Amino acid sequence: MKFGVVIFPGSNCDQDMIYVLKDLMELDVVELWHKDHDLQNCDMIILPGGFSFGDYLRSGAIARFSPIMENVIEFANKGGLVFGVCNGFQVLCEAGLLPGALLHNTNHKFICKNVHIKAQTYDALVTSMIEHNQVIKVPIAHGEGSYYADEATLKKLNENKQVLFRYCDADGNITPESNPNGAIENIAGVCNEGRNVFGMMPHPERASDAELGNTSAKVILDSMLNAVLKFI
Amino acid sequence: MTTAPETTLPTYETAKKLGLLPEEFQRIKEILGRDPNFTELSIFSVMWSEHCSYKNSITWLKTLPKKGPHILAEAGEENAGLVDIGGGLACCFKIESHNHPSALEPYQGAATGVGGINRDIFTMGARPIAQLNSLRFGNINSEKTKWLLKGVVKGIGDYGNAFGIPTVGGEVFFDECFNINPLVNAMSAGIVEVGKTVSATSYGVGNPVYIVGSATGKDGIHGATFASEDISAASTDKLPSVQVGDPFQEKLLLEATLEVIATGAVIGMQDMGAAGIICSNSEMSAKGKHGMRIDLDKVPTRQANMQPFEILLSESQERMLIIVEKGKEKLVEDVFDKWDLNCAIIGEVIEGDHLHYFMHGEMVADVPADVLVLGGGAPIYEREYKEPAYIAINKAFDIDSIKIPKDLKAVAKHLTTHPNIASKHWVYDQYDSMVGTVNMSTNNPSDAAIVNIKGTDKAIALTVDCNSRYVYADPETGTAIAVAEAARNIVCAGGEPCAITNCLNFGNPYNPEVYWQFVHAIKGMGTACRIFLTPVTGGNVSFYNQSTDEGPVYPTPTIGMLGLLDKENRMSLHFKQAGDLIFLIGESKDDIASSEYLFSFHNIKHSPAPYFDINKELEVQQVVKELIKEKLIASAHDVSDGGLYITLLESAMPNNLGFDIDTDEDFRKDAFLFGEAQSRVVVSINPENVDAFVDYLSSTNIEFTNLGIVSDTLLFIDGESFGNIAAAKDLYDNALERLL
Repeated sequence: MKFGVVIFPGSNCDQDMIYVLKDLMELDVVELWHKDHDLQNCDMIILPGGFSFGDYLRSGAIARFSPIMENVIEFANKGGLVFGVCNGFQVLCEAGLLPGALLHNTNHKFICKNVHIKAQTYDALVTSMIEHNQVIKVPIAHGEGSYYADEATLKKLNENKQVLFRYCDADGNITPESNPNGAIENIAGVCNEGRNVFGMMPHPERASDAELGNTSAKVILDSMLNAVLKFI
Repeated sequence: MTTAPETTLPTYETAKKLGLLPEEFQRIKEILGRDPNFTELSIFSVMWSEHCSYKNSITWLKTLPKKGPHILAEAGEENAGLVDIGGGLACCFKIESHNHPSALEPYQGAATGVGGINRDIFTMGARPIAQLNSLRFGNINSEKTKWLLKGVVKGIGDYGNAFGIPTVGGEVFFDECFNINPLVNAMSAGIVEVGKTVSATSYGVGNPVYIVGSATGKDGIHGATFASEDISAASTDKLPSVQVGDPFQEKLLLEATLEVIATGAVIGMQDMGAAGIICSNSEMSAKGKHGMRIDLDKVPTRQANMQPFEILLSESQERMLIIVEKGKEKLVEDVFDKWDLNCAIIGEVIEGDHLHYFMHGEMVADVPADVLVLGGGAPIYEREYKEPAYIAINKAFDIDSIKIPKDLKAVAKHLTTHPNIASKHWVYDQYDSMVGTVNMSTNNPSDAAIVNIKGTDKAIALTVDCNSRYVYADPETGTAIAVAEAARNIVCAGGEPCAITNCLNFGNPYNPEVYWQFVHAIKGMGTACRIFLTPVTGGNVSFYNQSTDEGPVYPTPTIGMLGLLDKENRMSLHFKQAGDLIFLIGESKDDIASSEYLFSFHNIKHSPAPYFDINKELEVQQVVKELIKEKLIASAHDVSDGGLYITLLESAMPNNLGFDIDTDEDFRKDAFLFGEAQSRVVVSINPENVDAFVDYLSSTNIEFTNLGIVSDTLLFIDGESFGNIAAAKDLYDNALERLL
């Protein structure tokens, strides 16, 4: 079982993800350079957070054209597991692997802080081990993280249980006040219809190390590992 | 000579416009044995500017202690200080100002400040792991201040966030003296394996000289000279002196630089900061005792027809100068090719000690490297100084002239909502504080930021501190307090203070009263650094922080301190559970001098620095260290701005707890609650540890007071309700945003 973390120029959460997977969870992880075309037989591809290509045009809009994305798209279309966090989520939306788009936060500022999220389906590979109504404390760090989808897409997302997470308060109530960035229906993460491509704005890798005093989101990575084990 | 400004040799008038003194112009002629041309004169003007030469400060800076058992690179030796942190690792750290650019163009000014300080770290081969900043603005009610604050914060955020290094700490302070001239000080710390650092040097005849990273443009020309003048209405004409930042390029440059160092092909490296190519060329050549030939037409430029002096002086960001061992060019070029960065050979190391600059084959400048640099031939001045008249007024302050207010709850509310005390989350939420997954203070707040060194049992503690008002009140004591407070913050976080970097923000050094502040600040810093065993590893001096209209800013010698801790000793500042006992360690005083309470509630602008006994301070810190090591306390938070009341509130808020305490009748109640006498720490203690705690404290010379207990949500002082924690937290958390 092998995980591949794609490194775009400007990725800056790649090593954080690798640290959790490799050093804390003792998994086999390889770095995948964006100019390459080789996924090195990985069982799951992770697109990390950061500012790929500076995010100067629109977050993820340029990275989506990196050579390796051709292979990631092909891999996903064949049912391969792909997980994007923050900038990785933005890249997946730009690449058309996930529905919707990430807009500027409604306050037009970058926001970095702990927020709370709640899984909306337990029938997805990255949420399978989360307990019902479990509230996860996890950081966000983004300027363009306000999830948006048109009405028809939204309807489909809800009907197909493609919404992975919604922002909530510390008690698990999904309220306008607990929505940090103006995301439509408090959506923090989604998956595709085939349930093999996942994206979320909050950073589970930042809430998985006991030394940092919060391992609330490690259950997401544990679920992912569990999923890969079952999948292969 | 082919360029317009150089058709005739420049006169003294030109030299003056470039910021040179008559005697400096004369000295240049003596050094060269002829009249300089315009390019050469420009070179001297930037290299001998205050910013690069430290000509008005170096005499005093040399009095600071710089040696210590863990110091691997002393002040002035490299681009940043280097401290051995054990386990084969070293921490490289430095603070720098970007005040003048930020005054004119807050967004780019602050952004490039962040870029510059990080380059100082990774040019030494260290990977930055944490950033801090120290910001000062004018009256928050003015539209100009709001514009500056929003621009600076966005600039720091946009640059630092994309660069991908967490901002783990900082300070923000408002006072009218900063209306025109804000202070923007940025600090960065990085980690490198001992023995794997790269030096800013150049030697080995025939070794190629590379410029890598961004192309060179016309931004920031004469920026160093600009930083060495008062700000005036004409300053906006100097907008081209402000550089433009590109954090994406910086991130690529970081990765490529560290990869290039790993190839072993690098002889020396220095980033291009103030005074651009000429500064790197001269400092590296002087250090390596060699000359250099540079073909300026080979420098990749952003625009056509740049003049030689423009290429030499440009402060375009995200560039590095690298001297490569001849024959290993391909190793270097492959790395920059991978990262799609410019990488061009622009010259070579030559014999002798001169820098020869060519443009299209024609020599345009010929200057000795050594005479340009600090420690070489750059001028050194001793300025006169005299005690400012206001010092006597400060000393005349009498606490008895201040009546104790009847309604102390109104004082509490005033302080809780004061922008100097209220939460700065509006600011720091815009900074990525968690990227890198090393910030151990996010979920367990502490007086100093604790940064994990992954894979070891160590962490580093970082803090920036300076209360400008204390320094204005009494530069020597105020600066000693800044060092003491930084050390106290590190001790309260469970660390051992190691070393400091400083950012010395003062007015015009040619003003004897300003220079008096500078001299006394350095004296106070030297004393305190010797007491706390924290040598000075470097930093920068920023003079001319004053406007022609409003005079100098408060003297602000910002202290950036590095501490080291065993992770098992880490301590947080917040109360853990109701029922724990609250103790004050240290002596209460009838002192409200220079407190936020006296300054903004009573509007008394003149008083001495707060009570401070440096030997007592050291003892208090040693006691706190021992308490942490013996695991006798559950939290530790030092008493600083806003006094004891604010300290208690800050300890109570994270877990939504309250407190029920009694004041001491021997002291004025306002001084007890809101005074800022130094050397005090509030600790909370699990009842089962109280006996051991009291036994230990009784065996020391340190005063301690049982204040009361941690309670559920309600705030009580002497049996009187000060409201509940939710209400106080709302005031504290939202005050700043409500003012903006």
